[in-house]
Amino acid sequence: MYEISKVNEIKSSKSYKLLWLILSALVVAVFLLSLTVGKYQVGTFEVCQILFQKIVPFERTWSPLAENMILQVRLPRILAAMVVGAALAVSGAVFQGIFRNPLASPYTLGVSNGAGFGAALAILMFNSSYAIQSFAMLFSLVAVGLTFLLSYKAKNSTITLVLGGIIVGSLFSALISLIKFVADPFEKLPAIVFWLMGSLASLNVDLFKTSLLFFIFFIGIIWLYRWRLNVLSLGDEEAKSFGVDVRRDRIIIIICCSFLTAAAVSISGIIGWVGLVIPHIGRMLVGPDFRKLLPVCILLGSAYLLLIDDLCRTLMTVEIPLGVITAIVGTPLFAYFMLSEKVNW
Amino acid sequence: MEIKAANLAFHYKNGPEIFHDISFKVASPNVFCILGPNGTGKSTLLKCLINQFAPTKGLVYYNGRPVQNYSTKELAAHVAYIPQMHVPTFPFSVLDVVIMGRTAHFGYLAAPGKKDTMIALDNLDFLGIIHLAAKPYTNISGGERQLVMLAAALAQQPQILLLDEPTAHLDFGNQYRFLQMVKTLKDKGVGIVMTSHYPDHALEVADYTAVMKDGMFVHFGKPDEVISEKNMEELYDIPVKIIALSGNVKKSCIAGV
Repeated sequence: MYEISKVNEIKSSKSYKLLWLILSALVVAVFLLSLTVGKYQVGTFEVCQILFQKIVPFERTWSPLAENMILQVRLPRILAAMVVGAALAVSGAVFQGIFRNPLASPYTLGVSNGAGFGAALAILMFNSSYAIQSFAMLFSLVAVGLTFLLSYKAKNSTITLVLGGIIVGSLFSALISLIKFVADPFEKLPAIVFWLMGSLASLNVDLFKTSLLFFIFFIGIIWLYRWRLNVLSLGDEEAKSFGVDVRRDRIIIIICCSFLTAAAVSISGIIGWVGLVIPHIGRMLVGPDFRKLLPVCILLGSAYLLLIDDLCRTLMTVEIPLGVITAIVGTPLFAYFMLSEKVNW
Repeated sequence: MEIKAANLAFHYKNGPEIFHDISFKVASPNVFCILGPNGTGKSTLLKCLINQFAPTKGLVYYNGRPVQNYSTKELAAHVAYIPQMHVPTFPFSVLDVVIMGRTAHFGYLAAPGKKDTMIALDNLDFLGIIHLAAKPYTNISGGERQLVMLAAALAQQPQILLLDEPTAHLDFGNQYRFLQMVKTLKDKGVGIVMTSHYPDHALEVADYTAVMKDGMFVHFGKPDEVISEKNMEELYDIPVKIIALSGNVKKSCIAGV
């Protein structure tokens, strides 16, 4: 038998305790910072007092307006940004892994265009955020279903899945254009365009609360598959000979990720680049092992999208769409990865 | 464990027949080596044996049970297979890749434990590549990677090992070491089915050899009988001499004499 001491030697060369500590501290810091920034000024100390008043009673030195601002306005939006960021980062990491394609994203299977079409249709026909969100969810799943059907009827390989996603995505993208074309240019069209660019400004708090369990459930299932994800990202043939039922496990995982993405999209609209950039940063920090990569993606994704959302609501007097900033920040980052050969392509 | 192929034939959808009427029976710990020119269907045959492809005719049996009746996990716990080419994407550590070979031996949603790590390290040690354990397997040479995949297959603790041209990327020394390893595995009771381009390798380690040409076994039997000058000349269409070294203990096949 190989000596235990040498095992520990190999393992201890990669100790990530400090990294976990730094990342967790980063998330907490960004969280507190986000509660304080905004047009209405509330100090960090006051924010902490307001947050902990239910557990530790403080003497009320702050105005009811401040408390309302923090708990009813900022907190839900901040939590939503974090959850959406984590969900997009996790599903990006998983899609890149199982497609063995560093350019795969949560939207690879046509999810975003399907959701975009659903939302545009709902904006055109109704005027309720519930309708928008449920249509977005419904059509993103319809898109994934169509992609699967196409791939299944063809050769049922990883490549036909990605190609199917492109085909289905293009179809829905054309349908989105059609809806934009017929939409009322003064009222409906701006709403559609704004939704397609992604935003948390008009967050429906009740809907977010109900979908929170949904997020936890699907991220939980993906976490259970962490080791199988490693084996799957080695290659279909290899995974199968190692005893993984590739077809079944891949479908289960893709369904979970699609639901996760659809839930994120139905809350925030379409936000690109998070699911592409964060998994790459995660892999640079801890490598491709999903047992470490998933938690890192959750922490980084939530902190990243939260910071971006802070920029969106403070940079200008009007809100900037989230998707715009994630792209402006994401593209140079990605270009840097490519040019500095930080990633193994 | 015994592997039996009965009248196997295979063709791709709407494609020509790759091979036909392939039948054989090998039980562990025997070594069975399949020789044949490029493009004769050796790799496809191995893929049928491990149930990656379903043969269009005939059945593959392990211990008398058709391979389709095994779950993927059950099959992997008994039979390991190493494809000829592996294209790596993500920089997993060598150790992690070898531990992946343990997947069939723990629970569906479980992660590997200390025991799996130990078995993986043992096999890296056995193949003499323990020094690679912490390296990313994307940054090692093709030959080293082939040994890593072999270590992963051995970590499966299979009773039968299917190897598709295992020596293709190995240097002269590693080819010899590989053949010695095959002998050690045989002593441990593992059965091996391998394809090869080197008649010498069959002469060195095989108990049975088949010569595959134009999609069928044209010869099958003991390597000494099958690997004759006449058969090899017919197979590869070149002049061949077989010489005996160190008093008939070792034979070698030489081309172009």
